[in-house]
Amino acid sequence: MRVSGVPVVKWDKPEFLPTHTVSSVLILPHHDNINCLLKKMEISVAEAEKRTGKNAVNMQETYTVYLIETRPVDAASEGTNPALDSLWRRYSEFELLRNYLLVTYPFAVVPPLPEKRAEFVWHKLSADNMDPDFVERRRVGLENFLLRVASHPVLSSDKIFYLFLTEENGWKETVFETGFQAKADSRLKALNATFRVKNPDKRFAEMKHYGDELQSVISQLLRVRARAADRLYGVYKVHGNYGRVFSEWSAIEKEMGDGLQSAGHHMDAYAASVDDILEEEEHYADQLKEYLFYADALRTVCRKHELTQYELEMAVQDLTSKKQQQEELATGTIRTFSLKGMTSKLFGQETPEQREAKLKMLETQIEEGEEQVKERNAECDEFVKSAWVDIERFKEQKDHDLRESLISYAIMQISMCKKGIQVWNNAKECFNKM
Amino acid sequence: MSGSVVDNTVSSGNSSAAIPTDISGQILDLDEDDDLEVFSKDTTLTDGSSLNASMQTSSASMINQYKFEEEEEDADTKDIFVTVDNPESHVTAIETYITYRVETKTTRSEFDSSEFEVRRRYQDFLWLKGRLEEAHPTLIVHPLPEKFVMKGMVERFNEDFIETRRSALHKFLNKIAEHPIFSSSEDFKIFLTAGSGELTSHKKQGPGFLSRMGETVKAVAAAVRGVRSRPQEFTDMQEYVEAFSQKISSIDKVTQRIVREQKEYLEELKECGPTYALWSQSEEELAEPLKNVAGCVDKCCKETDEQVKHLNDHLIPVLHEYVLCADTLKAVLRRRDNIQADFEAKTEALATKKADRDADSKVLSLAWGSLVGRSPEEVKQQKQQKLKGEIKEMRDELDKTEDRLEWANNALKSDWTRWQKGMRTDLRSAFIDTAERNVSYYEKCLAVWESFLQSQRTDAEGNGNVDFS
Repeated sequence: MRVSGVPVVKWDKPEFLPTHTVSSVLILPHHDNINCLLKKMEISVAEAEKRTGKNAVNMQETYTVYLIETRPVDAASEGTNPALDSLWRRYSEFELLRNYLLVTYPFAVVPPLPEKRAEFVWHKLSADNMDPDFVERRRVGLENFLLRVASHPVLSSDKIFYLFLTEENGWKETVFETGFQAKADSRLKALNATFRVKNPDKRFAEMKHYGDELQSVISQLLRVRARAADRLYGVYKVHGNYGRVFSEWSAIEKEMGDGLQSAGHHMDAYAASVDDILEEEEHYADQLKEYLFYADALRTVCRKHELTQYELEMAVQDLTSKKQQQEELATGTIRTFSLKGMTSKLFGQETPEQREAKLKMLETQIEEGEEQVKERNAECDEFVKSAWVDIERFKEQKDHDLRESLISYAIMQISMCKKGIQVWNNAKECFNKM
Repeated sequence: MSGSVVDNTVSSGNSSAAIPTDISGQILDLDEDDDLEVFSKDTTLTDGSSLNASMQTSSASMINQYKFEEEEEDADTKDIFVTVDNPESHVTAIETYITYRVETKTTRSEFDSSEFEVRRRYQDFLWLKGRLEEAHPTLIVHPLPEKFVMKGMVERFNEDFIETRRSALHKFLNKIAEHPIFSSSEDFKIFLTAGSGELTSHKKQGPGFLSRMGETVKAVAAAVRGVRSRPQEFTDMQEYVEAFSQKISSIDKVTQRIVREQKEYLEELKECGPTYALWSQSEEELAEPLKNVAGCVDKCCKETDEQVKHLNDHLIPVLHEYVLCADTLKAVLRRRDNIQADFEAKTEALATKKADRDADSKVLSLAWGSLVGRSPEEVKQQKQQKLKGEIKEMRDELDKTEDRLEWANNALKSDWTRWQKGMRTDLRSAFIDTAERNVSYYEKCLAVWESFLQSQRTDAEGNGNVDFS
């Protein structure tokens, strides 16, 4: 599956950071989906820009907007180069889109957004949202999000998503018109509530547990990695001091001078090389982070299953108790304690008319109850079916993507080792001349 | 005045992450580490006027001894091999100390036998160094390891400390053995061959304490006086030594800092492998690659550990030796200056005395003379005789001092060239060694990760999804 490339984004980086091309896509979505939007349309988040404006409380604020470019695929393959459609979106609009998708497709493992604030940073990396590197990495993350949604078998055909990519003005209003907010509120409430499910689908329980573990272990890995990166930075940078001292020392030596001086240059190069190395590793960290957030999406789906299951169980419970009441009333035996029953025992039975009325009411209720159980059962089944399909799809995607990540990590390590070998071999030659 | 060397070059192990946030491409400043005081109570005399009895030969032959820059030392012509090993601790009622085995193998005729084995303690090495410096104040003696190191809880009998010291003592003796003058020293020979009783009694000989004190007073006076007209080449030497001392100390500090940072990096890296392993337990398809990565990270940890050890055991000791060398050089230059100051003082005194002789007789002495019943002529005669005697004495003394100065200067010049060559060789090979080790480290890590890639490749081909871009 082809994915569009992204032009180089040159930011006002501080002088000591090199500019370079950043690969546009973190991971290639590999799932071969014939009907998904990505097959018909090229999508990219090409640029980021700072804007200032007045916010809701009429205060000046600075924010970043991202340029989304789209182009139909067919035309490109015919050799003509149609103009790109483009519009600007800010992060909050992405968030709105995602919330809409979460509510509208509760069974789907919805792709996550890049983090709102920089976390797991090692000290040199800025945690500032306005930092150009952070913005750049976020641009890449947002593009990845769009590509994931556009290649999802279900989400990609959503109208709101399509409009997000194509209609700059009025999109927000359109989203709100769908009324998803109401559903969002109740969903939020439900997800946060604690309830006990008697018979959850085992697979979902396991998935939820897996989601917990995945979240915990990736967090740990990101933390440890950040600390190691910090230390590695220190090791490399201290070598820069060799460069300075060798240079000064070479000034007082006759025969050793040249060798020392040139060795010093290689030490400087060694010290400088760590910046690129760690920047690349940051991409690896971003790939891990995506799955950290995916773990949360996975848990959300499992939680939603619990909710539907719970509602089903509640309906069944309700129906059962109603049926029991009916039976008791009909046979006159009291199996369940009720105040009515007690009072009638104490103060005498009800009149036949009263009983008739009650029975009639119960019958209606039971009918309604059975309807509800049927509905909820269907809901539950439906949910389990579609959710499990998406979970399976997600599993495959995750296994593929993370394996690719590990491979790219190994490639990074190899590249770092190669650089090290080169520098120290060069230094050795210089020392030989001492 | 006994020379005490206070060396503030080594820093403590307390590293705060004092890395400014805006520094990324720039060099990290060496942060203000706590200074590590290293005390080496060196009992060497800094003046040059006390001579070992065996060196009282004529100046001509002395000059000849110092033409050793023409001799190239070949490994083939090496005729003496000295090893220091096998540390053992000895406990007595008063103290506990370590002795080292010193083994000598030689074909030199002045030795009674071809193999010797003795046990020596650190004090004995100190004694030998002192004797060599006494006998040759302007020759450069390779430094000894420090007497003790005050660094938190390092005790004298810590294994690493003992090994470091043993290695340094070994180098010390070998440097002495390689030195054309020192290696023929009687004291050196006795050090290598004498039984402990014999050594103790030999140590008691040599210029006594009082005569040493007398020389010390003279030395202080000379030092205070200072040198009037130091030859340019020695001034150049001094400037070089100042600068070299700074640079080598910096390099020592930088290297120690690198070792610290590497160790801390290793600590963090050690947690990565287990985290990947933990993760693999929750996964099915991913379990194998994750376990594989965990293994790779662990292997890299091992390599990093060994690389740090190598730095610590090979590069740092050599740098440290040359930090101490810089102080030795400063002391040598001081001693040479003192000899020259002594010479200058004596020259002045002689001139004054001569002026005295040529001046008219003082009225007072004539008056005194007449008081004790001597004629003015007699007094004048006596005075002149006395002055003539004194002047002759001073003249002789001055000649001796002049010889000593010339001898000291030539000795220093020759040994200086020799030392520079040795320094260049030692430091060059230490740096080359380090560079090679670093290359090897990266090569090993490279192999680890490439084998991971290889395993994933064959896996992928096995499963039918070949997806290597």
